[in-house]
Amino acid sequence: MSALVELCGISKGFGAGEARVQALADITLSVDAGEVVGLRGPSGSGKSTLLNLVACILEPDAGTLRLAGETVWDGRWSRADLRALRREKIGFIFQFHNLLPFLDATDNVALAMTLNHVPLDEARRRARALLDHLQVGKRASAMPAKLSGGEAQRVAIARALANNPRIILADEPTAALDSERAQVVMDLLRQVAREQQAAVIVVTHDDKIFSRFDRLVELRDGRVEAGGA
Amino acid sequence: MNLALRDLRHNLGRFLLTCVGLGLLLGVALAMVGIYGGVVEEALSLARNMRADLWVVEGGSRGPFAEASRIPGDVREAVARLPGVREAGSLTFQTVEARHGGGPGGVVPDEDQVRERAGEAGRQRSGTVLRLQVVGYEPDRPGGPPGILEGRGITRGRLEMVADRSAGLPLGAVVEMANLRYRVVGISTRAVSTGGDPLAWITLRDSQDLQFRLSPPAARRAQQGGGGAPPQDTVNAVIARLSPHADATAVAAEIRRWKHFSALTGAEQENVLTRSVVDKARKQIGLFTTVLLLVSAVIVALIIYTLTMDKMREIATLKLIGAPDRTIVALVMQQALLLGAVSFVSGTSLLLAVKDHFPRRVVLGVEEVSGFGVLVFVICLLASLLGVRYALRIEPAQALGG
Ligand SMILES: Nc1ncnc2c1ncn2[C@@H]1O[C@H](COP(=O)(O)OP(=O)(O)OP(=O)(O)O)[C@@H](O)[C@H]1O
Ligand SMILES: [Mg+2]
Repeated sequence: MSALVELCGISKGFGAGEARVQALADITLSVDAGEVVGLRGPSGSGKSTLLNLVACILEPDAGTLRLAGETVWDGRWSRADLRALRREKIGFIFQFHNLLPFLDATDNVALAMTLNHVPLDEARRRARALLDHLQVGKRASAMPAKLSGGEAQRVAIARALANNPRIILADEPTAALDSERAQVVMDLLRQVAREQQAAVIVVTHDDKIFSRFDRLVELRDGRVEAGGA
Repeated sequence: MNLALRDLRHNLGRFLLTCVGLGLLLGVALAMVGIYGGVVEEALSLARNMRADLWVVEGGSRGPFAEASRIPGDVREAVARLPGVREAGSLTFQTVEARHGGGPGGVVPDEDQVRERAGEAGRQRSGTVLRLQVVGYEPDRPGGPPGILEGRGITRGRLEMVADRSAGLPLGAVVEMANLRYRVVGISTRAVSTGGDPLAWITLRDSQDLQFRLSPPAARRAQQGGGGAPPQDTVNAVIARLSPHADATAVAAEIRRWKHFSALTGAEQENVLTRSVVDKARKQIGLFTTVLLLVSAVIVALIIYTLTMDKMREIATLKLIGAPDRTIVALVMQQALLLGAVSFVSGTSLLLAVKDHFPRRVVLGVEEVSGFGVLVFVICLLASLLGVRYALRIEPAQALGG
C-alpha cells in the first residue's frame, strides 16, 4: 500500500535572529491509506505546525511534502491551486466544530460540496445521506447553535467527508467531548479510513483515545521521538 | 447558496435596526438634495413664469434680478419691431412691504379719492405687513400672471392687483403700498420671487408711480423737476417672445449691437439666477449633504468591518476548506450592498411620504432619487473595501486551534 502523506526531511522555523523558533526540524513521516495516526507531544512541540504543513497553509523551509503522490511546494503551485487541492483531497475536523452558524446542518455539509462545483440540489441530497450515515440525520435541518457538542462534531465530520477526501486532518477533535462521545468520534474516523481508504492524522492530548490509533507519533521539540516509521 | 443573505437573515433584527438608522441618515441627506432643488425652483420660478425668450436690460448689466437695470420704456417698441420677435412687454420689479387689513375692503376708490386718502392712510397704519415682489406689466403684453386660479386678470387698470396664492390674500382684499390702496382682483398659481416672496402684479403705470413714491425724496425732487410732471417712463427690463423658428441667440446678438443695451436669452437668464442666487445655498447645502454622506460612508464601513470581524473564524474555515477568494469578497460586498439598498429604499420612501409636510419646499425628481441611489451604491462599495481587506488577510490557520 502506497503512502498518501509523505514528509521527507521537513523543517519549519518562525521569526528571525535571536527570536527564531525552530518549530519542526528534519521531520520524516509517512501515513498510508486506511491508516489512523495519532500525533501527540507536549505543548509547543510542533503538532499544529505539522498539521498546517500537511494542510498546505504553511510552506516548509526545507524538505519535501507529497500528498496522494503529488509533490507540493515545488514552485508550480499557486494559492488557488493549493485551495483546490485542499477542497478536493483534504477534509478538516476542528476542536470546536467551526460550523457556519447561519447555515443549518445540511447546508453546512452541502456548502463544502458546492465549493467543489456540485449542484446545490445534488449536494443537499448527498449531505442528508451523509448525515444519516453518521446518525445525525434527525438533526439535518437544525442550526449549529441548537446541536449538542457530539451532534455538532458529527455534522463537522460529515462536512470533512463531503468531497470524499483521501486525507483527513483533525486537530483535537475530541477535546470538547466527554469520553463516550470521544470514542464514538474515533470509531467514525476508523470506519471512514477503512471505507474510503483515507489517511487520517489526529492531533490529540487525549489519553483516553490513545489506544484507538493504528500508530502514535510522538513529537518533542520539533522532532519525531517515537512512531515515525 | 448565498452566504451573505443567509448570514444577515440569521441576525435579521440587528440588520434591520441598522438599516432603519442608516435609512434615516440617508433620508436626511436626500432631503437636503430636495431642499436644494426647491431653492433652485423658487429662484427660477419668477423668470420662468415670465416665459420670456429674451431679456433686454441695461447695457453691461446681468439684470434685472441679479443686478440693477434701468432702461427707457420705449425700448419695447424697438424690440417688438425686430425680425423674429412675436411680442414684447416692459416690466418693472420691486420688493415692497405691503400692508393689508384682512378681509375684503370697501369700494374701490377712484383716482381723486386715492390722492385724498393717501394722507389719511398714512396716519392710521394698521393690518399685517407683507413682503411682496411687485411686477409691473402692461396688460395684453407678456409678463402677466402665468395663470389665474380665482377671480380675473387686471382689466380696469388702476389700483388693481393679481396676487400669488402663497401671499394668503383673499379675493377682494385691499392691500396698501406707499399710501395707495390696491384691490386684489385675482389669485395666481404658485409663483414666487428668487427670495421666496409671493409675486403681485399691477399695471406698469401703477408700478412706475409706486417706484416714484418709494424712491428717496431727493431723487424724487430731481425727477419731478419741481413741476407736477409725471414720473419718467423707466422700466427694469423688456421681455420678448419669439416666433417658433427664430433663433434667440441671433436676436440677442442683434440687440447687443445697440448702444446702452444688453440682452440675455431665457437660458442665460436662468444661468445668471442659478449662479448669483443659488450659489450660496448650493455651497451650504452641498456641504451638509457631503458631511452626511461621509458620515454614512464611515458608518457603513464600520458596520461591515465589525460584521466581518465577527465572522473571522467562519471566514478562516471557509478558506481552509478551499473557498476561493471571490466567495469571501462576495460575502462581504454583498452585505454592504444589501445594507445600502435596504437603507436607501426605507429612507427614500419615508422621505417621499413626509416631504410635503416639510417647512421648506422639497423638489425631488426621478433623476435626483436615482442619482442618489447610485451614489449610495458607490459609497457602500467603497466602504466595504475596509472589510474586504480584513477578510482577505484572514489566515486559514486561524480556523484551527482554540
Ligand atoms: N505563526 C507562528 N509564529 C511564530 N511562532 C510560531 C507560530 N506558530 C507556532 N509557533 C511556534 O512554534 C512552536 C510549535 O508550535 P505549535 O503550535 O506547532 O505547537 P503545538 O504542539 O501545537 O502546541 P499546543 O499543544 O500548545 O497546541 C511553538 O514554540 C510556537 O510558539
Ligand atoms: Mg496546537
